[in-house]
Amino acid sequence: MRIYFTLLAVFLAGSWCAYSQVTLSGKVATTQNQPLDGAHIHIDNLHAMSLPDGLYSLPGIPAGSHRVVVSYIGYKSLDTVVDIYRNLVLDAVLNPESTQLQEVVLTETAQAKSTVHEDRLKAETIEKYSNTSLGDALKEIAGVSSLKTGSTIVKPVINGLHSSRVPVISNNVRLEDQQWGTEHAPNLDINSAGRVSVIKGAGALQYGGDAVGGLVLVEPVSVLKDTLFGRTILTADSNGRGGSVTSSLHQGAEKGWAWNASGTFKYMGDRETPDYVLSNTGNREANFASDVKYIGSNYNLQATYSFYNATIGIAEATHIGNVSDLVRAINNQEPSVIRPFTYKIGAPRQEVQHHLAKLNFNKDLADGATLALQYAFQLNRREEFDLRRGDYANIAALDLTLSTHSVNADWKKTANNATYKAGVSGSMQHNDASPATGIRPLIPNYDKLDAGVYGIYQYAFSSSLSGEAGVRYDFSRIDATKYYQKSRWDALGYNGVFDDIIIGDYSSQWLTNPKFTYHNVSASVGLRKDFGNSLTLLGNVSLAMRNPNPSELFSDGLHHSNATIELGDLRTQKEKALKFSATLLKTGSAFSFELTPYLNSINNFIYLSPTGVEYTIRGTFPVYKYMQTNALLAGADLHTDWNITSHLKHSLNAAYLHATNTLSSEPLIDMPPLNITNTLRYTLQNFHSLFAEVRSEAVFTQTRYPNNNFNADVPAGNELVPTLVNISTPPPGYQLLHFTTGAQFALGKTTAAINVSVNNIFNTAYRDYLNRQRLYTDEVGRNFQLQLKLNY
Amino acid sequence: MKNFKTLVLALVTIVSLSACSNDDTPAPVNEEEVITTLTATFTPTAGGAPVVLTSRDLDGDGPNAPVKTVSGNFAAGMAYTGTITFLNELASPADNITEEVHEEATDHQIFFQQSGLGTFTYADMDANGHPVGLNFTYTAAATGTNGNLTITLIHLPNKSGANVANGDITNAGGGTDAEATFAVTVE
Repeated sequence: MRIYFTLLAVFLAGSWCAYSQVTLSGKVATTQNQPLDGAHIHIDNLHAMSLPDGLYSLPGIPAGSHRVVVSYIGYKSLDTVVDIYRNLVLDAVLNPESTQLQEVVLTETAQAKSTVHEDRLKAETIEKYSNTSLGDALKEIAGVSSLKTGSTIVKPVINGLHSSRVPVISNNVRLEDQQWGTEHAPNLDINSAGRVSVIKGAGALQYGGDAVGGLVLVEPVSVLKDTLFGRTILTADSNGRGGSVTSSLHQGAEKGWAWNASGTFKYMGDRETPDYVLSNTGNREANFASDVKYIGSNYNLQATYSFYNATIGIAEATHIGNVSDLVRAINNQEPSVIRPFTYKIGAPRQEVQHHLAKLNFNKDLADGATLALQYAFQLNRREEFDLRRGDYANIAALDLTLSTHSVNADWKKTANNATYKAGVSGSMQHNDASPATGIRPLIPNYDKLDAGVYGIYQYAFSSSLSGEAGVRYDFSRIDATKYYQKSRWDALGYNGVFDDIIIGDYSSQWLTNPKFTYHNVSASVGLRKDFGNSLTLLGNVSLAMRNPNPSELFSDGLHHSNATIELGDLRTQKEKALKFSATLLKTGSAFSFELTPYLNSINNFIYLSPTGVEYTIRGTFPVYKYMQTNALLAGADLHTDWNITSHLKHSLNAAYLHATNTLSSEPLIDMPPLNITNTLRYTLQNFHSLFAEVRSEAVFTQTRYPNNNFNADVPAGNELVPTLVNISTPPPGYQLLHFTTGAQFALGKTTAAINVSVNNIFNTAYRDYLNRQRLYTDEVGRNFQLQLKLNY
Repeated sequence: MKNFKTLVLALVTIVSLSACSNDDTPAPVNEEEVITTLTATFTPTAGGAPVVLTSRDLDGDGPNAPVKTVSGNFAAGMAYTGTITFLNELASPADNITEEVHEEATDHQIFFQQSGLGTFTYADMDANGHPVGLNFTYTAAATGTNGNLTITLIHLPNKSGANVANGDITNAGGGTDAEATFAVTVE
């Protein structure tokens, strides 16, 4: 025993003597020579983490023989003993962990490689957006933009498409959170994500056949090693004068019990533009996620629960009554409600809660096959409060409860040159629209039943050429109960056409029971060719079918923040999309790039089209109806990385999209304009992994848009004046500069990282075409952020 | 494997139990908050039959346009005492929204927009000394004319905005709860 104390004393003494300390550095990469960002390197009590280029540096090691552990989620840990007596370079190559591959279906396998390309966010990027949302973080991927309502409700847009066209798969469960709504952001906490990736296009058939735009995959942190690992991120922002704290603990295991737990609190007040306070734009979040897993010799069983709870204030100035108010709001340039800063959130606001509970069971079968069974329950409650009179002030204007049960069984087998995947899925959903709101609900009560079956075959023709083909069948049935105003029923031309679905007569309203059944077939084929020199070409063709969502079928009423009447149509047919895409990838130590051109031809594309003006006692309203056309979306995304020197790196993201309504030969509405982001990053690896980064975000003016401007008689001054209501013209382009710097420190067993950033350095006032509130307010101005990350 | 069977059984039970969720017909929503009817009554101060302007929209935000009636013409140079009432006739008995506007007077203001028809003067105040417009006086133009009179009820206006207290809607902000334009004649 004494000898150990002696050794310890020697080590301790050694660690105090600078001359006896050495540095271990090197690179962590996969067997495909892809650098691993965020790998852990441990020697005794010392830690280091690899940077995006895979490089790491672990200084302060006492000379001697040490056990070195290099680990990365999803890869087999490297565990070895190294004699370290002087500065040493150790390059680690990690092999994928085979048990992890069952869950990460799209990761490359040694044999047949997937032809579907996945764009993944770096761990550092996920942490950077700890205080914002998934939609904000995903913007860092070329070709992904965001559709915003104000500054906190952010939806991802993939190659111009969003909402029902871009399913979000959270922890292998398809998120059912009223995702049809453009003002409904994904109900999940970005801090619970360990890995976030985007698949552009509908190639990933195991998740569904209706991803016309693409898929967002969010996977939780999973630690395989036998360690207890914790992380805390504290973020403080000047704009909004608040911050967030998120903490998580992970217990990994090779066998036996493993668990994860995490929690997040956010508290933000009113945001500010360069010139004024955006009154009522604070938000709160309190989220929790945990799972417990038992890992047996050839199976594992896991139970997961997560809860997302958010209150989001919506700028009060965007609540308007009619077109006259809209014209005044557009012409005034400044919002009509500007009050001093406050943390208080009044109306309008959204209060949303999302519960997700699931059980899954994975088993290794004989002959290299695996089976995964999953049951998930989701409960989503959405209340939207509006500015209302009298006793209604505290009653939600929209109150929806959506419950979804889903089951999945997925089987996968790898044999020789081939990989087979097959599965079945089923789900049952019930939507309950509370009549207590006193407002006819936007979305009616309905029951929905879905069932799907798929098969995917991957084959390696040679070590450099792989092919993939998949097919999927989906059945869906909706059974709704909806009241229609009789006047609306007639105006929509339903009288005499849909008489058979009327089941009740309530004076001014018909009670109806619309039922729809859909049979859909989706398919994809792809090829992947490695040319050597780290050059790879992937090509895919996919066919997707998407059923009309509840708002496209049933919408019926006034949309307050737009002053529009939006009408669904029971005659809406399903959308069919055929997407051709290619990805050319080059990875190299000096220069890498990724170029993705695509062509998406959508038949029966569902969109909101202006059809006229209606007069009510509240005033005049333009009417938008869900119509169908054929659409063609053609574009390309480009990402490059260039290591100019070993310290300086340049990255570029660029995306261009040309989207046309081919029946009317008009451009499609709300398509992202050309955008180019340049990032220059300086890294001093040997000095606390210090980095400094300048990012320039340039968004051009969208010149292709449909002209939906209309004339309305609006009281101006003291007369009724026929006025052109300019709702279509996109705002001018803009350029923003952002700056971030940070460094890492070792505090005993804890690794601490401090990041300081300034967003919108020049406090530029601008408006974004893809913000639903662009007619009313500017975007937020400059923000200073301080972030402290602790890994222990 | 036994555990697995138990698990499957448990899942099936959960699914089938929750599948029996209520398929009850939801209650119809009769919008109680909506204003269907705006009535402006102009009583000559010198006595005589009042002039009544009514805009009635019995399907609320539905597709049918409001039905407007004007009971008669104004007399040139005549002074009138005016009152405005708001009803929701979808409720039975009809709901008098005027009282709500009166109770929340600080959150409401009525605007009269016209050109050359005469002068409108507010005759009521809220608790902060700002005009409301449920009561007003109107003096018709001295000579015969005709034109449009727009009456607008704004919810949550900025009552201290420039000229808002004088009846100028330009800087009032807020949201329109009712807006009706009447073609009227002064003779």
